[in-house]
Amino acid sequence: MTIGLGHYLAVAAILFTLGILGIFLNRKNIIIILMSIELILLSVNINLVAFSTFLGDIVGQVFALLVLTVAAAEAAIGLAVLVVYFRNRGSIAVEDVNLMKG
Amino acid sequence: MILPALFFYLFAAVCVASAVMVIVSRNPVHSVLFLILAFVNASGLFILMGAEFLGMMLIVVYVGAVAVLFLFVIMMLDVDFVELREGFIQYLPVGIVIGGIFLFELLLVVGAWVINPAVTKTITAAIPTNISNTEALGLVLYTKYIHYFQLAGMVLLVAMIGAIVLTLRHKANVKRQNINVQNARTPEMAMAMRKVASGQGLQDADAAEWVK
Repeated sequence: MTIGLGHYLAVAAILFTLGILGIFLNRKNIIIILMSIELILLSVNINLVAFSTFLGDIVGQVFALLVLTVAAAEAAIGLAVLVVYFRNRGSIAVEDVNLMKG
Repeated sequence: MILPALFFYLFAAVCVASAVMVIVSRNPVHSVLFLILAFVNASGLFILMGAEFLGMMLIVVYVGAVAVLFLFVIMMLDVDFVELREGFIQYLPVGIVIGGIFLFELLLVVGAWVINPAVTKTITAAIPTNISNTEALGLVLYTKYIHYFQLAGMVLLVAMIGAIVLTLRHKANVKRQNINVQNARTPEMAMAMRKVASGQGLQDADAAEWVK
């Protein structure tokens, strides 16, 4: 009944898969795609922290903190780009992003 | 010993279930709320593992900042989300196939790993047992990894400036204060003396040149 490293890794793997699946299922809705990316980053963080605590090395948690920072910055920039795009086109559908097509 | 296991299964189950709801929910606002639930439960998992600081950080950064940002953007944009859900069923098979392959591979890795015994000998900064997790993290983050810490700050600064630059816009029809113009103003630029003929009043031609 003891919860080991494998349990946490399994949860992280399932979350990662759900993030990938979310990108495929909501191919038109870029907001859900951004949320799926957040889920993927969360699963990576769970992996880092699990290895950090079960191996007894705190550097993994430092790295997880950096991943958290990058995730926050990515969300801010992604949503800013989304808002600008919506102002220009009046839509956020992914398939409308073909202005640069020759 | 059964209580931590019970809490692990509770947090893990709710986390996975809300992650499923994030990607299948019809309303994006519900998606964000389920995302918040997933983050809160993941922070419970972190606390179970003994990383209290990161658990709290997850709530502060993700729930407090990122998820609320998502919520603001969704409520601000006037988008027909029903239209965006077209093709959900169409993409379901390929998504499930690729997701299934991913999960299969990842679970194979999870099921078959062994930790190299040499790894435990090369630990960079062992977790101290006599101080709290926050203090232990600070002891390495502000000394050994100070450059990474400052780089993370730079990343956040660039993200902040970038988001502001991207979304800031000056409307042409909104009057704004221009301090340089105000300071450079002289009586000659602000006043015009006119001789008003009796019985006629001011004419359009009398208007100063800056009025036109």
